[in-house]
Amino acid sequence: MTDIIEFKNVSKSFGTLRVLEDFDFKVRKGEKVTLIGPSGSGKSTVLRILMTLEPFQDGSITIDGTSYHQPGGKGPFKANARHLFDIRKRVGMLFQHFNLFPHMTVLRNITEAPVSVLKLSRAEADERARELLSMVGLEDKASSFPAQLSGGQQQRVAIARALAMRPSVLLFDEPTSALDPELVGEVLNVIRKLAAEHDLTMLMVTHEMRFAREISDRVCMFDRGKIVEEGRPSELLVRPSHPRTVSFLGAVLGEGVGGLGDDGDQADPARAEKPPGPRGDTKLFAAG
Amino acid sequence: MINDINVDTSSTLSFFLDVLPLLLKGLQVTIAAALLGFAIALVAGLFFAILRQAPTRLISWPVAVFLEFVRDTPLLIQLFFLYYVLPVYGITLPAFMTGAVAIGLQYSGYTAEIYRAGIGAIGRGQWEASTALNLTSGRTYAVVIIPQAIPRVIPALGNCLVGILKETPILSTISVLEMLNLAIIVGDRTYHYTIPLTLAGVLMLLVTSVFAYLVRFIEFTVPKTGIRLR
Repeated sequence: MTDIIEFKNVSKSFGTLRVLEDFDFKVRKGEKVTLIGPSGSGKSTVLRILMTLEPFQDGSITIDGTSYHQPGGKGPFKANARHLFDIRKRVGMLFQHFNLFPHMTVLRNITEAPVSVLKLSRAEADERARELLSMVGLEDKASSFPAQLSGGQQQRVAIARALAMRPSVLLFDEPTSALDPELVGEVLNVIRKLAAEHDLTMLMVTHEMRFAREISDRVCMFDRGKIVEEGRPSELLVRPSHPRTVSFLGAVLGEGVGGLGDDGDQADPARAEKPPGPRGDTKLFAAG
Repeated sequence: MINDINVDTSSTLSFFLDVLPLLLKGLQVTIAAALLGFAIALVAGLFFAILRQAPTRLISWPVAVFLEFVRDTPLLIQLFFLYYVLPVYGITLPAFMTGAVAIGLQYSGYTAEIYRAGIGAIGRGQWEASTALNLTSGRTYAVVIIPQAIPRVIPALGNCLVGILKETPILSTISVLEMLNLAIIVGDRTYHYTIPLTLAGVLMLLVTSVFAYLVRFIEFTVPKTGIRLR
């Protein structure tokens, strides 16, 4: 498969704080990658740079064949309005706090961009929005306002809204961190369905390790702006080798030692029959 | 109009009854000038507030300087400038229009600040979601930011409207026959100032009260989350 995302020598700092330094990173088309690591390690920054929400200082990024640099950056391409538009056409993003437009109905939240950016007709956009709403299980909420929905429902609307723009890359920035534990499962179910049914490339920052293990092809452990370890989730999450990964997983999983538990990947008949429940994966590893 | 001012001063009541319709006519001019000035301030202020935050300094700085200038110089100077200087360059507006434009421009300095505060109160997440959906910045302002900023700025804009109403007597200096001007003319003709000036004050109080009430009403009618889009 071909690479859809490539970071080459990307450097990014906030003031004097270096967040990414000479950062290289590739993602294949259709790949599901989970980024883990402590806060401030640069994982969210990678997503935000991809979504063009943050400028970067040096290096280049290629998305689906389009390379770009920041204005003033060195190199053959500079990001201008046209470039940014092209990038954003391919990339969609889910936010920790959903960021729905509170004054718009659910339907308008989803149809606004397809109508004003993709120039779909209102009727066409409405129809597609209703399809997406039924996909996320909220067909009856089209005329509600975001404040009338639970957090989980709001995040599902946000997923429908992002999908309405037909992105080929979808970024998830801690999509369940702001949710009540009870509501995490419904959102993960939708993401799980997406991962299974679409050839979307997905990049996710999350602390839901069990979920990460279940859906991702690759897990990347970030520390201080570098990927210190990466690999298949069944390897990295179960038998982490880098000490930083070991201590991080230990802290996240609330256990003294890192890792998902050695039996994690072995066929446990009970578990094989019963895929992870509709609700979530909050304190999953204690049993493992 | 000035020439057919004819009031009966024989008794307080008849004087009052003669002055009242005259002042009510002036009041119409006052209200018309205030509303026109306010409309100009509402539109121009929004325009300036957005340009003030333009990404290029070529636009944002001149706008900032202009706004600072209109806020920091007296309305009277601006009014005289528009009324006496512009005609030298061939631009002649009727006195009423000149007054409304002067008030509107001066207050656009204030409304621009009010809009800026309202826009600034919208969370970063709304901008980021708009970027992620590839909305243009114009579209982002039009359907995401401004509809949400409006409910937050209605009270402050309402204060501007009341402020503008109270500024209108300044138009008497360029011969607009608004209420205060008429009250003074009556006083000059009859040497009785108490009734026309008191009446003008009371009428002004009534109008500002009604306007303040209307602003309250609008404030409670517009949903707190923003002007609804379906």
